[in-house]
Amino acid sequence: MSEVISSSDARPWTDPNAVPFLQIKNVTKKFGAFTSVYDVSLDIYKGEIFCLLGGSGCGKSTLLRMLSGFEAPTSGQIIIDGQDQAGIPPYNRPTNMMFQTYALFPHMTVEKNIAYGLKRDGLPKAEIATRVTDILSLVQMEGFARRKPHQLSGGQRQRVALARSLVKKPKLLLLDEPLGALDKKLREETQFELIKIQESLGVTFVVVTHDQEEAMTLSSRIGVMTAGEIVQVGTPREIYEYPRNRFVADFIGSVNIFEGRIAEDGESHVIVASPEAGLDIYVPHSISGVIGQKVAVAVRPEKVMISKDDLGGLRNKLTGTVDEIAYMGDASVYQIRLDNGKRVRVTQTNLTRSEESTLNYGDRVNLGWDGSAGVVVTS
Amino acid sequence: MKRKSRFLAIVGVVGFVFLYAPILSLVIFSFNESRLVTVWGGFSTKWYGELFRDPQILDAAWVSLRIALASATLSIVIGTVASFVLIRFQRFRSKTLLSMMITAPLVMPEVIIGLSLLLMFVAMESLIGWPGGRGILTIIIAHSTFGAAYAAVIIQSRLVDMDLSIEEAALDLGARPVRVFFDVTLPVIAPALLSGWLLAFTLSLDDLVVASFVSGPGASTLPMVIFSKVRLGVSPDVNALAAIIIGVASLGIIIAALQLNRSSKVSQQ
Repeated sequence: MSEVISSSDARPWTDPNAVPFLQIKNVTKKFGAFTSVYDVSLDIYKGEIFCLLGGSGCGKSTLLRMLSGFEAPTSGQIIIDGQDQAGIPPYNRPTNMMFQTYALFPHMTVEKNIAYGLKRDGLPKAEIATRVTDILSLVQMEGFARRKPHQLSGGQRQRVALARSLVKKPKLLLLDEPLGALDKKLREETQFELIKIQESLGVTFVVVTHDQEEAMTLSSRIGVMTAGEIVQVGTPREIYEYPRNRFVADFIGSVNIFEGRIAEDGESHVIVASPEAGLDIYVPHSISGVIGQKVAVAVRPEKVMISKDDLGGLRNKLTGTVDEIAYMGDASVYQIRLDNGKRVRVTQTNLTRSEESTLNYGDRVNLGWDGSAGVVVTS
Repeated sequence: MKRKSRFLAIVGVVGFVFLYAPILSLVIFSFNESRLVTVWGGFSTKWYGELFRDPQILDAAWVSLRIALASATLSIVIGTVASFVLIRFQRFRSKTLLSMMITAPLVMPEVIIGLSLLLMFVAMESLIGWPGGRGILTIIIAHSTFGAAYAAVIIQSRLVDMDLSIEEAALDLGARPVRVFFDVTLPVIAPALLSGWLLAFTLSLDDLVVASFVSGPGASTLPMVIFSKVRLGVSPDVNALAAIIIGVASLGIIIAALQLNRSSKVSQQ
């Protein structure tokens, strides 16, 4: 397990013989009567960037704080690299954390901030100096060694915080909303840099975020959390294309939900009778349900076709009126009102610059999606 | 708009004159040549010279200074401990009571503080034989009671503002809790400690009432000496002494204010 595994080409979670690097076993955390984290079990492998994604108060930060040792689980076990972490204080754990507020020491220079952890380990001065220089060049902050944190911009502070948490070469790096305080442009640049740094060092990352875009770009796998529980674990694509339930579908990206009941449950397809859509929706995958069970079909807005002309051989077709149009440059978002009042969101890439082919308010349009575009979600 | 600002300017000037004209006249008359306090007889610094040849005043100044140094330091230690208990500990029973008790000396009349401390010292002496008689030590203890209250208020506000994750970051990087306190917490709250210390120092230097209650023979503070001198008639060297005290006290307060101001600016970033 000593070689560096790049997160982009390895999928250790599909290998039944792989040994997880971080094991979270049935961890529950209660604060008085309030349950913050409930029965969470996760296996995270070496070299992964694992994102815990969820809204505020879903318990993701509490879970992270239990990994770093600032909180103790009420029950359950946390094992890092084969070692049970119960009772081990933060200063003896093989983890380092990058804080949401960066938590740089305001009275120390960048250099001293980064060297702090190495000094606590009692390393010789010469080695501390070279490691500080190395990590500063990795995060491209060589010229700022003697500055104080309040003389740095938000992006620069973020880099220093990252450098400080990486310089001790932790087995596991925990990042709490690492890009939360940056503006959008800087955030996008930093995301890719973060991945590059992670791949070059081979450290395992556990990232907490509420930003689904951040989670999608950064992670090898995502664990979606709500109300203290993990609801789905998977690669970004799995989470987006095959959300397990309505919460996940709704939380990641936007989605059209059509309520209905199972009308036919075949070997390789399901038909959901949806009065809301005014349609029997065809979905080409089987589910384990009973006829008449309440389910919903989730369809992503960008997978719905829209046209004034007939849509040809699509399996699921509807008609409606254009209610609202939002022009976003690269794409346009349409709100279509079906004849029964239900609104459907459709995203279309703006392929041409001309206005001729575009739709207008009040236009009658045909909508439709291919069978495979819909996903049945329960609960 | 313009009219309003002129009105405000006039009110401001009147207010400042009301507050500072007496002090200003005192400072001016400290440079008076004449022995008569209210008659101007030309500029002179002779009363300052006279002052420094007066052993009674010099002794008292030395006593006051030692008391102020000791009680300010003691105040900071007590104030820091109390602030940590109040801010950092999880809710415990009687926390509100403790919080009120620590700030009570701010609003308690000095006469009552002085009297109650005197009674306590007398009772303690007859019970356990300590403190033996009243003097510098008892004044230091007395001044620390209200000095600690001021210090606690200042340190608490700094601790509340402090980002806890800074301490957690130090723990996370391998520092033990005691180490974290000296490496991170103490430097971060240092400006509050300094301004609290200066405030306690100034308060101790100024105090007359409490000191009069708890002092004993041979331990006259500067305010006590001035007060007894003035009772025999105002002499110009007291003016000179007052001018010096005003200078020292305002210097202390200005430094304290600048410190607090600067530290809050840094922490806002």
